[in-house]
Amino acid sequence: MALQSQDIEKETTAIVDRHEHREGSLLPILLDVQMQFGYIPEVALRHIAERLNITRADVHGTVSFYHDFRSQPGGRHVLKVCRAEACQSMGGEKLAEDVQTALGINWDETTSDGKVTLLPVFCLGLCSCAPAAMLDGKLHGRLDKANILALIEEMK
Amino acid sequence: MPLIKEIDYGTRKINSKKMVTLKIDGFDVCVPEGTSVMRAAMEAGIQIPKLCSTDTVDAFGSCRLCLVEIEGKKGTPASCTTHVEEGMQVHTQSDQLKGLRRGVMELYISDHPLDCLTCAANGDCELQDMAGAVGLRDVRYGYDGTNHVNQRGASDELNARWAPKDESNPYFTYDPSKCIVCSLCVRACEEVQGTFALTIEGRGFDSRVAASMSEDFFESECVSCGACVEVCPTATLQEKSVIEIGTPEHSVVTTCAYCGVGCAFKAEMRGAELVRMVPYKDGKANHGHSCVKGRFSYGYAAHKDRILNPMVRENVEDPWREVSWDEALSFAANRLQGLQKTYGKESIGVITSSRCTNEETYLVQKLARAVFHNNNTDTCARVCHSPTGYGLRETLGTSAGTQDFDSIEHADVVLVIGANPTDAHPVFASFLKRRMREGAKMIVVDPRRIDLVKSPYVEATHHLALRPGTNVAVVTAMAHVIVSEGLFDETYIRERCDWDEFQDYVEFVSDPKQSPEAVEALTGVLAEQLRSAARLYACGGNAAIYYGLGVTEHSQGSTAVIGLANLAMLTGNIGKQGVGVNPLRGQNNVQGACDMGSFPHQLPGYRHVKFAEVREPYEKLWGVAISDEPGLRIPNMLDAAVEGSFKGIYIQGEDILQSDPDTKHVAAGLAGMECVIVHDLFLNETANYAHVFLPGSTFLEKDGTFTNAERRISPVRKVMMPRSGYADWEVTQLLANVMGADWNYTHPSQIMAEIAATTPSFANVTYELIDKLGSVQWPCTDAAPEGTPVLHVDGIVRGKGRFIRTDYVATDEKSGPRFPLLLTTGRILTQYNVGAQTRRTDNVAWHEEDVLEIHPHDAELRGIKDGDWVKLASRSGETSLRADVTDRVSTGVVYTTFHHPDTHTNVVTTEYSDWATNCPEYKVTAVQVSLSNGPTKWQEHYQKQSARSRRIEAAE
Repeated sequence: MALQSQDIEKETTAIVDRHEHREGSLLPILLDVQMQFGYIPEVALRHIAERLNITRADVHGTVSFYHDFRSQPGGRHVLKVCRAEACQSMGGEKLAEDVQTALGINWDETTSDGKVTLLPVFCLGLCSCAPAAMLDGKLHGRLDKANILALIEEMK
Repeated sequence: MPLIKEIDYGTRKINSKKMVTLKIDGFDVCVPEGTSVMRAAMEAGIQIPKLCSTDTVDAFGSCRLCLVEIEGKKGTPASCTTHVEEGMQVHTQSDQLKGLRRGVMELYISDHPLDCLTCAANGDCELQDMAGAVGLRDVRYGYDGTNHVNQRGASDELNARWAPKDESNPYFTYDPSKCIVCSLCVRACEEVQGTFALTIEGRGFDSRVAASMSEDFFESECVSCGACVEVCPTATLQEKSVIEIGTPEHSVVTTCAYCGVGCAFKAEMRGAELVRMVPYKDGKANHGHSCVKGRFSYGYAAHKDRILNPMVRENVEDPWREVSWDEALSFAANRLQGLQKTYGKESIGVITSSRCTNEETYLVQKLARAVFHNNNTDTCARVCHSPTGYGLRETLGTSAGTQDFDSIEHADVVLVIGANPTDAHPVFASFLKRRMREGAKMIVVDPRRIDLVKSPYVEATHHLALRPGTNVAVVTAMAHVIVSEGLFDETYIRERCDWDEFQDYVEFVSDPKQSPEAVEALTGVLAEQLRSAARLYACGGNAAIYYGLGVTEHSQGSTAVIGLANLAMLTGNIGKQGVGVNPLRGQNNVQGACDMGSFPHQLPGYRHVKFAEVREPYEKLWGVAISDEPGLRIPNMLDAAVEGSFKGIYIQGEDILQSDPDTKHVAAGLAGMECVIVHDLFLNETANYAHVFLPGSTFLEKDGTFTNAERRISPVRKVMMPRSGYADWEVTQLLANVMGADWNYTHPSQIMAEIAATTPSFANVTYELIDKLGSVQWPCTDAAPEGTPVLHVDGIVRGKGRFIRTDYVATDEKSGPRFPLLLTTGRILTQYNVGAQTRRTDNVAWHEEDVLEIHPHDAELRGIKDGDWVKLASRSGETSLRADVTDRVSTGVVYTTFHHPDTHTNVVTTEYSDWATNCPEYKVTAVQVSLSNGPTKWQEHYQKQSARSRRIEAAE
C-alpha cells in the first residue's frame, strides 16, 4: 500500500527531531529518510525545508546532486555495479552486461517483481579488488559472471 | 543621452584601510587589502574576461575564463578568487592564457544555441562579448554532441536534456537551453535578494538552474525582484519587454515612484518607449537592488484606463464631458472663486500628494496659502505617518527617521514593530535579512506572523504577538524593564537628554502598573518573553528600531512613536551608525510631502504658521498675508463638508475615497461639496464625486525630486513627454494663474530654488548638487553641505532629548459580543496601496482580490472554510471577501489588505483617530465575520454608482 502523506510527515518529523541540532543536518536527515522509505518522497522534502527553515530550492539542489537519493521507490534490493576505470580495465563492462541480461533490466531500472534495482556507480573505492559491486550497502570484490549471478540468485 | 553602462568590477568592493600595491601588466595598482586581482585590474582599466562573477555577489571561480598568470605562482589562478598581495606581478594576457580561454569558450559554445541574430540578448550578452574578447573563431567539438540546445536529436528523437522555456512569470522568461550554469542567478537570489528560491539541480553536465523544486517560476518561492535577470550573462533569464521591444538605446537615472525606500533606477528607453527599469548600482538607497514593483510594475503608465484629456461636469450624476485645458481650468477656477465669494475664503482647500514630486507638492500648498488665502492644505500623510512627525519632533526635534538605510549594516539588534518590510519595503527587507544572516538579532512586535518572524534563513529571536491596539502598553512595559533592571545608559542620558524629564519619566515608568506582568492580560504578550526582548534590545549592542503604520495608525499612534523614541534615548541608541528610530515610509514622497509644508499648521520645514518670523519670508516672496491660524485637516474638511461649510477641494494624486477610513463618511463629505477637482492618472474612486478631472502625469513624464524615508532627496527625471500635455506642476501653476496668480516657473529647479531659499533645512539643495552627488539627505546646509546621513550625532537636535510619559489609554474601539474580532489591515508584496497602479499591471496575477486572513479556530467556530465568501462587518459598515484560513494571525484577530476597490475594506474601518494628529485608527476595528454568498448590498450599490459616474460622453 502506498504511504499516506500524513505517515510520511510523521516519520519525517521524527527523523528531523533526531538530527535537527546537528550542524549540516540536511544530509543525515535525507539519508535516514531514504533508509526509512526506500526513497525520498516529495512530501518529505517540503516538510524538511519547512522544519530546517530553508527553501524548497535548497533541499532540491542537495537531493538532486547525489545520485544515491531516489525520488521513486526502488526495489527491495539495490545492486550498484562499478563502471569506473579500474573496474573497466578488469572486465567490468562485460560484467555489467551480464548483470543486465540476468536481471532483464537496464541501468536505473527495477525488475518487474520489484525485487532488484540496478544502479551504475562510479568507483566504490575498491579498485584493488576490481571489478566491484555493492549489494544493499555491502561491498563485493573480484567479481566474475559466476559469483555475481550467484549473488543475484540469493536475492531472488 | 547614451545608454548608461555601469562598470562591473567583477567582485565586491572591499572596505579595508590597509592598501596593497601590485603590478598588473606592468602598471602599478593600489587597492585595499582583500580585493581580488580581477577588481584591481578593472580599477586600473584592464578588463579580464569573465562569465560567472559580478560585483554584487561573492566570487565563485567556476567559469575558468578569468585566469591570469602571477609571477612566482604555479599555474593560472582565477583572478576573481585570488586576492591581491603586496608586490604581486600579474599578467592578464599571454599565449598560454589565450589558448586556455579559447578552449573554455569552445566548450561553452558547443552547448549553446547559435541564434545570436534573433536572440533577445543580442548586443547585451556577456557570452557574446566574451566570445569576441577571447577571439573565438571556431568550435572544434562541433554542435552535434550531447547538448541542452536542441529539442530533437539528429534522427528526430526527443532530447531528454532539453527543457522548454518557462514563461510563467509575467515579466521575464527562463530559457534553459541558453543557460551556461554560471550560478549568478542562484547567488543573486541568495546574496542580493535573500530569498534562496533558485538552485542548481543535478551535477556535472546535467546541472541546470531550477526554481524551487523544479517548479515553474510563478509557482516557486521566487518573489520576482529581478535580481537574477539583472545578473544573467545570457538571454536565459530575460525581461519579456526586451523580447517584445528590443534592446534599449538610451537611459536616464530616475527614482522609483512606489514605496518610501526610493530606489534609483535607470529607465532604459528606445525612443519614447520604456523598455525596462534597471536598478542603478550607484543608487544610495538601493545599491542596485529592486523589487517586483519598481523593476517591473510600470505598465500602468501606458494603460488604456489612463485619462489624457481634462473633463468637467455640472453635477456628479452627469456623464463626464471632455474639454480643452483652458475650459477645464476656467471651469474649476470660476467654481472655486464663486464658492469663496458665497461661503467665505475658508470654504475651499487642497490635498497634496505623497506620490507627486516635492516641487509639485510645494506648489499645491502654495496654491492654498497664496491663492486661496487660507491654510486648508493637508496631505495623505495625515492617514499614515503624521504621528511620526509629531512624536519624533516632540522628543528629538526632527520629524524624520534618524538613519540612512546603510546604517542597518551596523545594527546588532533590530526591533521591527508594526511594519512588514518584506512586503511593503522589499529592498530594505533584503538588507535587513542579509544583516540577520550575518547574526543580527531580531525582535518583531506584530499581531501577525510576518515573514521576518520566520522565513528561510531568517528567524526572529522574539515575536511579541500583541493584541492590536496595545502597542503603547508593550513599548512602555519594555521601558519599565529597562529602567527597573537598571539597563539604561545613564551617561548618555545625562549628556544628551533632559535629566529632570528623565526623572519624571522614571517615576512614571517604574510604577508596577507598567510592568510586563501587569499588562500581560491586556496585551496578550507573555511577561517573561517581553522581559527577554527588552533585555536584548537594551544589552544586545547597537539596537535599531524600524516601524511602520502598525505603530502610527492607532488612537495612540503619536504616543507609541514617543514611546519608541524614549526606548532609544534610554539605551543611548540615537546618534550613531546602526541604531536609531526609523519610520518606514509608505509612499515614495510622503517624507517630502510633509517636508514641503503640506500640513495645515506648518510651512515648509515643519515650522508652525503661528510664528510671524516663519510666515514673513513667504509673505514677502508671495506678496500675501498668511493666516496664523492652522487650517483644516482632511477629516475636518470632510466634517465641515457634511455640515455645509466646506465646499470645494483640489486633490492631487490621492484617492481619499478608497484610502481614507470610514468610506461612507468620506463619500458623504465629497457629495456635500460643489467643486471637487481630482488631478490623477485614472478615474479613481474619489473621482466618482468629482466635477473636474485634470489628467495627471506619471513619474516618467516629469522632472522633480522625491524624498525617501531616510530624508534622501533623489532626482526624478523626465524620460518621455507628459501624455496629457502637462506635468502636474504645470497644471497647478495654470490653475493658480487662471485664479489670478502670476507664477512663471519654467522648470522644477526654479521651484526647488524657492524652497531652498525659504526653508533652512533645504538651504543648500540645488539640482546641480543632486546631479553631482546623485542624491542628498536633508538637512543640507552650510554646516552640512553634502547632507546628513545620520541625525543627532553631535547631540539631539532639539537641544536635550525629551522623555515624555506614555500612559496607555485603550482605544474606544473595543471588541464585544456583537463584534468579537479585531480587524487589522496591511499590504502585500505585489500590490501597492489602493492599487490604482499595480492593479493595472500584470501583478494581478499574484493578488487579484483582497482576502481575509482568519485563524483556523475562529474559522471553525463560524463554519468557515478556506476560500469561502465571508461578510466582514463593523459598526461602520460591511463588505464581503474570501477567507484565507491561516495561523499567521492569532485567534481573535483577522487581517486583510485594502488594494481593491471591489472590497472597499475601509467601509469597515471607523472614524477613531490619533489624539494628536487625527491619523485614523486603521489598525484596530472590532468586527464580526460570518459566512456569506457574495458581495454585500453596499458593494453592489457602489459598483453600480461607480460605473454610472465613470461614463464619458461621446465626442461630437
